Amino acid sequence: MLIKQVSVFLENSAGRLQSVLEVIKEENINIVSLSLADSSDYGVLRMIVADAERAKDALKKAGISAHLTDVLAIKLPHTVGSLQNVVKTISDAGISIENMYALSTKDANACIVIKPADKEAAISAVKTLDLDFVTDEEVKAF
Amino acid sequence: MNKIWNEAKECMSRDEMSVLQGKRLVKAVNYVYHNVEFYRKRMQEAGLEPGDIRGLEDLTKLPYTTKNDLRDTYPFGLFAAPQSEIVRIHASSGTTGKATVVGYTRRDIDVWSECVSRALTMCGIGKNDIVQVAYGYGLFTGGLGAHYGVENTGATVVPMSTGNTKKLITMMKDFGVTGIMCTPSYLLHIAETIIEGGDLDKIKLKAAVCGAEPWTEKMRQQIEEKLHLHCHDIYGLSEIMGPGVACDCEFHKGLHIQEDHFLPEIISADTLTPVADGEEGELVFTTLTKEGIPLIRYRTKDLTSIDRTPCECGRTTARISRFRGRSDDMLIIRGVNVFPSQIEAALLEVSETLPHYMIIVDRVNNLDTVEVQVEVEERFFSDEIKELEKLTKKIESILKQAIGIAVKVKLVEPKTLDRHEGKSVHVIDNRVFD
Repeated sequence: MLIKQVSVFLENSAGRLQSVLEVIKEENINIVSLSLADSSDYGVLRMIVADAERAKDALKKAGISAHLTDVLAIKLPHTVGSLQNVVKTISDAGISIENMYALSTKDANACIVIKPADKEAAISAVKTLDLDFVTDEEVKAF
Repeated sequence: MNKIWNEAKECMSRDEMSVLQGKRLVKAVNYVYHNVEFYRKRMQEAGLEPGDIRGLEDLTKLPYTTKNDLRDTYPFGLFAAPQSEIVRIHASSGTTGKATVVGYTRRDIDVWSECVSRALTMCGIGKNDIVQVAYGYGLFTGGLGAHYGVENTGATVVPMSTGNTKKLITMMKDFGVTGIMCTPSYLLHIAETIIEGGDLDKIKLKAAVCGAEPWTEKMRQQIEEKLHLHCHDIYGLSEIMGPGVACDCEFHKGLHIQEDHFLPEIISADTLTPVADGEEGELVFTTLTKEGIPLIRYRTKDLTSIDRTPCECGRTTARISRFRGRSDDMLIIRGVNVFPSQIEAALLEVSETLPHYMIIVDRVNNLDTVEVQVEVEERFFSDEIKELEKLTKKIESILKQAIGIAVKVKLVEPKTLDRHEGKSVHVIDNRVFD
């Protein structure tokens, strides 16, 4: 139900993102999805990769500040209102969403990555819907 | 030519001055020996008794006093007068968390006001002037020191303090203010605000007395050109007194020291021996008349040179050149003394950061800015921008409490700041003082 997200602290300087991506490439790890949040001084790169543990270790070895965070990845049908339905379910349960971004998949479904404030409660809430979660195994196969 | 407040003292011959200084030195040494345990011990350790100091020629026998001595005897260890005689306390930053505390007797305050009156008179300010004091009022000596000096001169003081430029300019126009005392960078900021507001023809300023931070001759001329006034450089430090220890006259050829109260020496910061007149070195002061906290051969760490030749203005008091820098790592930011060690000590209290930091000082729109770059401890890294911003704010608030001025904190990746073997470089000062 929860998958591992690799989070990287990045200074806002030219070439910094490139050096992170290069480490991942050298390790031959596929990046499935990513989002980049930024402030005026620094950014946080959030990635779903084929092998999160190995990616984190490689980044750390390269002197880059990387961490693993548990996030929910939910499959959504390509229909109007499906995302709204998930978000409503979570917010009705009184859980706030800290960040969210789309995950690219090969199959016909859309997929959304959510980091809720309370993961267990969010899982219970989403389970009331007839939706599938993405697993780490699936991410590896993407 | 501008008037002279106290011709008897400011224009006495060099011989008369030496005799007066010699007499006062002997008295001051006797006074500290009998009233300050610290000095008695220091002198005893050096094999000195008060009788060994018979005049100026014996000055170099005396040991130096440093800011650390003030810290080690915090808060009142170097006070010579009993608390019942102390009428005011001021404090400035120490090299670590502890402040440097100084105390004044009623007579000290009078002497201080006398020195500021001499300075103001040098700058052409007299009883017919209205003067805004825009130094910070409080523990910092700038505000109150200038304030009582203006009153003593007979001029009208407007105690603005700092922080409200708009109100300051409004009052400047409405009251017909003719003099201002503040830091030079603040005055440049005020000048630009006046010009932008189209108020230049509505102000009557004729003299500015600026100090409390390093600045340049170019900045002084810029202020004069922008505001069409005479701008002067006033010097002082709380350990010795506060603003008014020295000031430059209308000829701007160095700052006249109030030598009958403060005995100057210039020494080599390496060998700690006196250097010749005109040579650059560290400024050392012995207070000759101070009662609250008299200091013997206090090392200011300010680098300058001295000129004892008479000045065109008629004064004979020795002049020190514009300051060339510091022999220690103290920074003066918006008039406030800041030691990198204070920032380091404060950062050690923040568990989320590593003890690696870089202080970047700059001057933007004539105001000093400080950015402190801090490495985030891996464990505390958050993938939430809001958490990182919360951490930034927390560090900013801790640093503000520690050093008394607002700084900008920038989080950087672990292991990215300079790690030199031995003494690291912790400060990049991009301000230009030449």
